[in-house]
Amino acid sequence: MTPAPDPDGARASHTCVLSSDPLAVRAGLARMAANRPLSLLTSDQRATVEVVMAEVLNNVAEHAYAGGPGKITVTLRLDGAGLSCQVTDEGTPMPAGRLPEGKHPVQRASEVDSFANLPLADLPEGGFGWHMIRRLTEGLLYSRVGGQNRLSFVIPLQTR
Amino acid sequence: MHLQTQTRPKLLSVLVMDDRIDAASAIQFKEKMRDLTQSGEPRVVLDLARVQFLDSSGLGAIVAVKKLLGPDRALELSSLTPTVEKVFRLTRMDSIFTIHPTHAAALSHDASA
Repeated sequence: MTPAPDPDGARASHTCVLSSDPLAVRAGLARMAANRPLSLLTSDQRATVEVVMAEVLNNVAEHAYAGGPGKITVTLRLDGAGLSCQVTDEGTPMPAGRLPEGKHPVQRASEVDSFANLPLADLPEGGFGWHMIRRLTEGLLYSRVGGQNRLSFVIPLQTR
Repeated sequence: MHLQTQTRPKLLSVLVMDDRIDAASAIQFKEKMRDLTQSGEPRVVLDLARVQFLDSSGLGAIVAVKKLLGPDRALELSSLTPTVEKVFRLTRMDSIFTIHPTHAAALSHDASA
């Protein structure tokens, strides 16, 4: 028995199909974390992936399917660039066919640059999701193909 | 969503027993916190030691609780686990909360106040 990970196993892609509600997203994230390729990552890398995937999947459930039933398919593959992710759903397209810019909600709402001095009422309670996705991913691509939303991106995984 | 509370003079501490505050539990978390903080202590310390995962919905709910408390009461946080700390840092919401490394530090902070 060698402790080194099997390189073919590491490159193998994993596909996970889940339904579009918050509890199914929670269960799907747990299933992905327990399987290859995520099980091969460090806990810190896995945490980054979980943060990104939670935002992406909950956005699909909340916006593309508007809280209704639907199917989301996630394919994950570990390669030289990091973790390549593809997420597809059959919900409504992105508004204007484009991904949100993911500006920080405070910058979007006002010109105030110091959060500590913001009036309580101006503190944002939402709008963090795309900001985090954009901060933690590279090569975000969105397309609408034959009634499907297709989102792909890479989560860079630096080895420390 | 299970929250465990402990009261001290002018301080309510709330230990989150669940291991995540996410899109599935954020609304319930906010509602339970609203009920628990009715007692009016000026400081509320939210102990996140057991919370391994926080998403943007959970973060929004914590910010919402701070707003519910109003300008004369403080919501402070303690014991952020690595993933939770990462989410606060990425969104820069770490700058709007007093964050204590441990629950004990939060309580001694009270003693020196």
